[in-house]
This record gives sequence, C-alpha cells and structure tokens, in this order.
Amino acid sequence: MELKTHISVQNLNVFYGNEQALKNISIDIPDKKITAIIGPSGCGKTTLLKSFNRLINTIDEVKVSGKVFVDGENIFEKKADVNRIRKKMGLLSQKPYPLPMSIFDNVAYGPRIHGMNDKKKLSAIVEKYLIEANLWDELKDRLHSPASKLSVGQQQRLCLARGLAVEPEIILGDEPTSALDPRSSKHIEERFLALKNDYTVIIVTHILRQAKRLADYVVFLYLGELIEHGPAKEIFENPQMEMTKEYIKGVIS
Amino acid sequence: MNNRILKEKFVGKIMLILVIFSGVLILIMGIALYIKARPILAVKPFWELMFSLSWHPLRGEFGFLPFIMGTLWVTGIAVIIAIPFSILSAIYLSEYASKFVREWTKPLVDLLAGIPSVVYGIWGVLVIVPLIKNHIAPFFGTFSTGYSVLSAGIVLSIMVFPIIIHISLEVFNSVSNGMKEASLALGATKWQTVKYVVIRKAMPGVIAAIVLGLSRAFGETMAVLMVAGNVAKIPSSALDPGYPLPALIANNYGEMLSIPLYDSALMLASLVLLLVVLFFNIISRIVLIRVEKSTQ
Repeated sequence: MELKTHISVQNLNVFYGNEQALKNISIDIPDKKITAIIGPSGCGKTTLLKSFNRLINTIDEVKVSGKVFVDGENIFEKKADVNRIRKKMGLLSQKPYPLPMSIFDNVAYGPRIHGMNDKKKLSAIVEKYLIEANLWDELKDRLHSPASKLSVGQQQRLCLARGLAVEPEIILGDEPTSALDPRSSKHIEERFLALKNDYTVIIVTHILRQAKRLADYVVFLYLGELIEHGPAKEIFENPQMEMTKEYIKGVIS
Repeated sequence: MNNRILKEKFVGKIMLILVIFSGVLILIMGIALYIKARPILAVKPFWELMFSLSWHPLRGEFGFLPFIMGTLWVTGIAVIIAIPFSILSAIYLSEYASKFVREWTKPLVDLLAGIPSVVYGIWGVLVIVPLIKNHIAPFFGTFSTGYSVLSAGIVLSIMVFPIIIHISLEVFNSVSNGMKEASLALGATKWQTVKYVVIRKAMPGVIAAIVLGLSRAFGETMAVLMVAGNVAKIPSSALDPGYPLPALIANNYGEMLSIPLYDSALMLASLVLLLVVLFFNIISRIVLIRVEKSTQ
C-alpha cells in the first residue's frame, strides 16, 4: 500500500498531573485513508486524538512534550495558530453535541465564526453539507427548529455536517458511533467510507469489528504505549506483537 | 403496624407541613400587612397614595411616589453596574482562569456575601460618598453632597456581586465540556465560544442569578439608608439624594407612630415593597420560560 503522510507524531508524551497518559508515541498517519486507533478503554486513544487538534490543551494541568506535524507544521510550537489548526479538522465526539441554536445555525456556525456573512452563500453551504451528511431530505423543511429536537442519530450526522462546513482536511472521530443505534451507526460508517476520498479520517474505536470494516490503517495503543501500527490487513491478519494478537483474539479488553 | 412504616408516614407528614407552612408564610405576611394598612386605604384611594408626590405626615399627606422612585433608581443603578461586572467575572473564572486562581477566588467572592451590610454602609460613607462629592460631581460640573442614589447604587452593586457571580459561575460550569469542545474544534476562539455557545446555553440560569441579585437589591436596607441621603423627593439625576422604601420603613417605624395614620402608611409601604419584589419575580419567571424555550 502506497502511503503519503498527513500527520506525523514524534516522541509525544502527555501527562495529566503526575500520570502519564501517552508514552513517547511516534507515528505517521496516512493521507486520505481511514486510520483506526484501537485499544482497551483508558489506554490513551482519546488523548492521542485530542492532541491532533490541541483540544488537549483545554484540560487543567496537562503537560505535553514532543511534536505533532500537520502538513509539515509543528502544531505544538508556541507561535502555532490554534484556531487555524483546529479549522483543518472536524471533530465527532462520543455523544453528539449540537450547539444551542437551530439546525441551520449549527451548520452555519463554523463559516460564520470564520467571517462568512453572505446569506446566500451560507444557505448554499448549509444545503451542501447537509446533503453530504445525508440529512438534507429529512430536515430541509425544518431548518430553523432547534437542533436539540433531533434524534441522537440525526444529531451526530448534523455534527458531521457542521464539521465539514469549515472545509477541513481531516476528520477526527472519538468513538463516534458509541451513543448511536445500529442503523444510525451504519449511516455514519457509510459516510466515513464516502469521505475518505477527500479527507484523512482518524477514528478512535473500541469496536474491533468496526475497525475491520472501516480502517485502512490501524494503530494499537495499550496503557499509553504504542504497541503496533500498520496497514489494517497486516495488523488483523498477521500481527507481529503478542499483545496485539491477544487483543484481536479478545483476550485483553 | 410496623414501627418502620409508622415513622416513614410521620416524617413524610411533618415535611409536608413544613413545606406548606413556608409556602403560606408569604401569603400570611401579605394579609397581615394589608390588614394593618387598611386604615389609610380607608381614607385615601390606593392609586392616589402611589402616585402622589407629597409626603407630609403631619398634614396627613402620604405620597409614596418619591420612595418608589428612590427604590427604582437605587436598584436600577446597582443592577446596571453589577450585571456586566459579575457576569464577566463569572465567565473569567469558569472559562479562562487557571485552577489555582479559580480555587482562591471563589471563597473570596463568597466571603463578600457574608460581610454585614452595616459594614458596607460605613465603607460607602467613608469612601464612595467623598469620592462622588469631590470627584464625580465636579467632573460633571454639578454639586452633590455625595449622599445620593449613585452612592447607594454603587454600594448595593458590590453587595449583589457575590450572589450573581456565584450562581452564574455554577451555571457556566454546568455547560458541558463537549459542547465547548465542539465549538473550539471548529476553530472558534475562546471568546467566540463563550459568546455564541456558553452564554446562550447558560442564559436561563444567568437570568435567574440576576433576579436573585435584584430581589436582594430591592430589600437591602441598612447600607442603602446610610448613603442614599434620605430626602423625600424624586431624584432627577443619579447624583441627587433619594429615599428608598426600605429606608423609609426602617428610619421611621417605632419613632413617629403618634402621628395619625403614620403606622398604617408604613405598613402600606412594606406591602408595596413586597408586591414590587413579587412582581419582579413573576416577570422574571415569564422571561425565564421564554428564554428556556428559545435556547433549547
């Protein structure tokens, strides 16, 4: 498999207070593929994901050392522009968090905060990304009702549309289907598969079958350490490390 | 019957009675004040008393308008000062401050609430009154003794800070991190996130915080009467003295009761104060319900 690197992590260490959540992680995330970060809960998957858009810096008493290069730029450098870096990445969290406003305003929120005020353009953007998130037909008649009234599955797709509306290059998903019913999960998974042609997708998941269905590239973390990483096929069919074998067989969970 | 079940029923009844009692208390107080105020209401119609400017108890003239206006001036000034200060402080503490600053500031703010109001009054007399007399009034080219609705408003605003800060801080903290992260992840700055997401989501709670502060401001007596000047005239500017209702009641009750109808007039003043606070509470409830609906 021919891989171009999009995000390059070098010697990343993260501490919460005195507890080390990530230990010396170095890894290259391929461009325009789906990368799945797998591992048992509490092993640093979400921490790694949140390092990519520096949301990790919003946590109290967190210490980060090491480098993360996105498009060749070290995002942990002092003068790095956090808001511009975050704009490059859409985030889907475990539970959908619609903003306290209408469906329309949720999708238009990103473009608006980045200075877009043209009503016609905003309407076009909202339509485009609701279509892309497969929501337009369901919602086009009630764009101005509150987003909190939607079902959880619809909310998660709305969050996807909202993330896409700022035209990111990367989509980060933190167990994005864990709060959803099977049908909504399938919806989201289908979206990811469609999106990987244009975006680099990174998802955290503890569902091995989901990783198998989606991933081109797999990263296995255990207790803050990077155990193994490689193309999905190799990891699932021929893991090199004993720990990975056990996890995939379901011995560790 | 089983002893345990008996106790269960007994405790339940006791608590029910306590709840009914506190609920009914305000009604009882209102009725008692009304009965006491009846003698004056028998002589003069209610609206005439409310809208009359003339306060001459010896001549039997009891016009409440100056006192109502005094109360509104003082409370209005206090709220105008207190809202931006305390909301911005709460936002800073919940969204920007480091853990260290937050944990040291919170108890200090709460401590403000525990200072006796007479201390605030003295501080007002020693600091705010001279400040207005010597600096603020001359700056606007007028004269003021310093004893004014502005002084009272400033002192009062500081007294309601801790209430509004404390409650709105709780409200801001209750906005989920996931929602803030959703906004930040789109590239919004912290301030944009606060403005468009946190404040919006927290609005009902913030309004509740302001109303609680407002209720406190309406009824605060001691500190206000020490600095407001207590002149029974409608203030024409913030630098004029005023005479709020609570100050009227506290200054005169028990002293000039030999004057006919005076006692009854003061009871009516208490009733009016009670009704004003009640009125604001009801209005704010209505606003709150509206806002809750629109920010879902």
